[in-house]
Amino acid sequence: MKLNYNNTKSFLRKDIYITRLIFLMIVWMIFMAIFKFDKFYTLINFQTMAAQFPEFGLMALGVMLCMITGGIDLSVVGVANLVAIVSGIILKQFITVNGELLTIAIPLVFLISIVLGALAGALNGFLVSVIRIPPILATLGSLELFRGIGIILTKGKAISGIPFEFSEAITHKLFGILPNQLLIFLVVVLLIAFLINNTAYGKKLYLTGTNITAAKFSGIRTKSVLIKTYMISSISAALAGLIMLANYNSARADYGTVYTLQCVLIVVLGGVNPAGGKGKVTGVVLAICVLQMLSSGLNRFPQISSFYIPLIWGGVLITVMVINYFTENSIKVFRGKIKKLIVNGEKL
Amino acid sequence: MQRKIKKLLWHNEFYIFLVILLISLVVQLRSGQFYTSNNIVDLISAMIVPGLFAIGAFMVLVSGGIDVSFPALASLSVYATTRILVDINFQGGIWLPILLCMIFGGFLGAINGLLISKFKLQPLIVTLGVASIFKGFMQGVLKSVQISVIPKGMSSFGTASLFVVKNQESGLAARMPVAVLVLIIVLILTYFILNHTMYGRGIYAIGGNETSAERAGFNVKRIKFTLYILVGIISSLAGLIRVSMMTQMHPTNMLGMEMMIIAGVVLGGVAITGGAGTLIGCMLGTILIVLVQNSLILLGVPTFWQGFFLGMLIILGTGVSAYRVRQANKPQKFKVPRGAANEVEL
Repeated sequence: MKLNYNNTKSFLRKDIYITRLIFLMIVWMIFMAIFKFDKFYTLINFQTMAAQFPEFGLMALGVMLCMITGGIDLSVVGVANLVAIVSGIILKQFITVNGELLTIAIPLVFLISIVLGALAGALNGFLVSVIRIPPILATLGSLELFRGIGIILTKGKAISGIPFEFSEAITHKLFGILPNQLLIFLVVVLLIAFLINNTAYGKKLYLTGTNITAAKFSGIRTKSVLIKTYMISSISAALAGLIMLANYNSARADYGTVYTLQCVLIVVLGGVNPAGGKGKVTGVVLAICVLQMLSSGLNRFPQISSFYIPLIWGGVLITVMVINYFTENSIKVFRGKIKKLIVNGEKL
Repeated sequence: MQRKIKKLLWHNEFYIFLVILLISLVVQLRSGQFYTSNNIVDLISAMIVPGLFAIGAFMVLVSGGIDVSFPALASLSVYATTRILVDINFQGGIWLPILLCMIFGGFLGAINGLLISKFKLQPLIVTLGVASIFKGFMQGVLKSVQISVIPKGMSSFGTASLFVVKNQESGLAARMPVAVLVLIIVLILTYFILNHTMYGRGIYAIGGNETSAERAGFNVKRIKFTLYILVGIISSLAGLIRVSMMTQMHPTNMLGMEMMIIAGVVLGGVAITGGAGTLIGCMLGTILIVLVQNSLILLGVPTFWQGFFLGMLIILGTGVSAYRVRQANKPQKFKVPRGAANEVEL
């Protein structure tokens, strides 16, 4: 495809959310270049960022899928922590007498995590689609439940002493440059993008989110679509849990509680409509990158205490939603005016 | 008579009441401590703050919205109140703190109300964001720290008691705080507003169907806006009482209560989709949650099981009420001709 001026222009116009995110990112990068160039533009800084964002990025992808169906998944953090705890316990069983980890342990842990994630997601999906508890409440209850199980398993303490080999395997840098966390994230992104753009499931997902009754009458088995969606969401969160386990070298039932809000923020920022039916992987991935750049950049200013971060996140979330309101409204007003013009013109 | 019994059996409140009775009997059998005067008084005194929060959460749910920002809102307004009063070395009674706190709460609630009514944003996401802003504002901008000595008026209000009961066997005493009067007053006022004013009808109407409510002549925007202010005021009042009863201000102490409160309200039969629910159900649900938290200790269950039981309770409770809503909306088979739409989507 030829990339000329017109093509780019129409691409930027097509999705206002993505355009806005790219704009925001460029502005922030210029800002950082002016004020903290030598501290921000280093390979190590970018590697640290690439190792950090897959944690909440994976959870946000799950929240995105659920929000496209018109629901929400608040239990992602609970799933991630529970998986991290269970994996930590399993990994500790596989240490040999001389303190080494059996090679089979790592693939096994991955397998078990995915199964656990699928089970947790199936529970959420069952509650939402079959019992028809509103998604907010269902996932809230399961969040509390998963956290509760985590606390029971650990008796409220942290699980530490995770074998070195495990975190080494996940934080290892491919070719010395790309961290493995990023690779896991990319694989999941590609899989989800393929699923929702190129498969029948994707079409059904969007239809279910747009109008569940219409979807049902057009022969889509909405229950199975919903259950699948919540399962994918939880599997993604389970992988996030493994990355958290490797990054922190420990697991605890109340790690990463701020991620719930952060995920909702990312997904709304990425242009997913909370009412369902709309949203793109590109937007969400861009939003994840923007958020990571913002927080890493803010960390370079020691005078801004970390207590300001929730203030900033909340502020950004509300501002974006208000801007969305105004842009959508102005588009409507604009279209109405054009319609009027056309109608009047015909009368004339 | 039969119709009355049928009606009773249909209500969620009745089943919640049965569950509460069951739990209390189990606790009584296991520990022999439930039906003692001091335990009952302790439970009521533990109900004051969650009860007030629940009234606010209940009103928002009835209007079809949801509010997860009230603990942050309460923390911020109480922190501001206490800070100001401590800084000016305030020595007076409780009225000024109450007034100040209610003004702050109303103002913060207005932020929610504005965003939700004017810009028509989703209440869950707005209040999540706003809660985060309040928390960040309190901890970042105000640099909140624990205030261990609160104004005398507040602490004497928090520790004042209506009466004291004593358990003859164990010798344990329990006192009924004066603050319970606030709960009773707010309950009566809310009951009056919801059931005997046009405004209250409006809240139910909006929750049932916003468009219809608007057509029927309710000023939806104004009702929503004032509702969030009202909830802000009630929540900050609850916060003030909690701080007064603990006789110290801990900025993050209340954060994280929101989910339990909402769960309790929903357990009491309040529809999360709005439009239905009673104040009695809301209180019963809250009692159930408080009971589970307090009675696990009496039963000797380790506290780390609390989250598990709470999660199960939320899932089971909301599941049962969702199932019943579905049953209620299922049209009877013989009434519906073949080929007609056979299910109503909520």
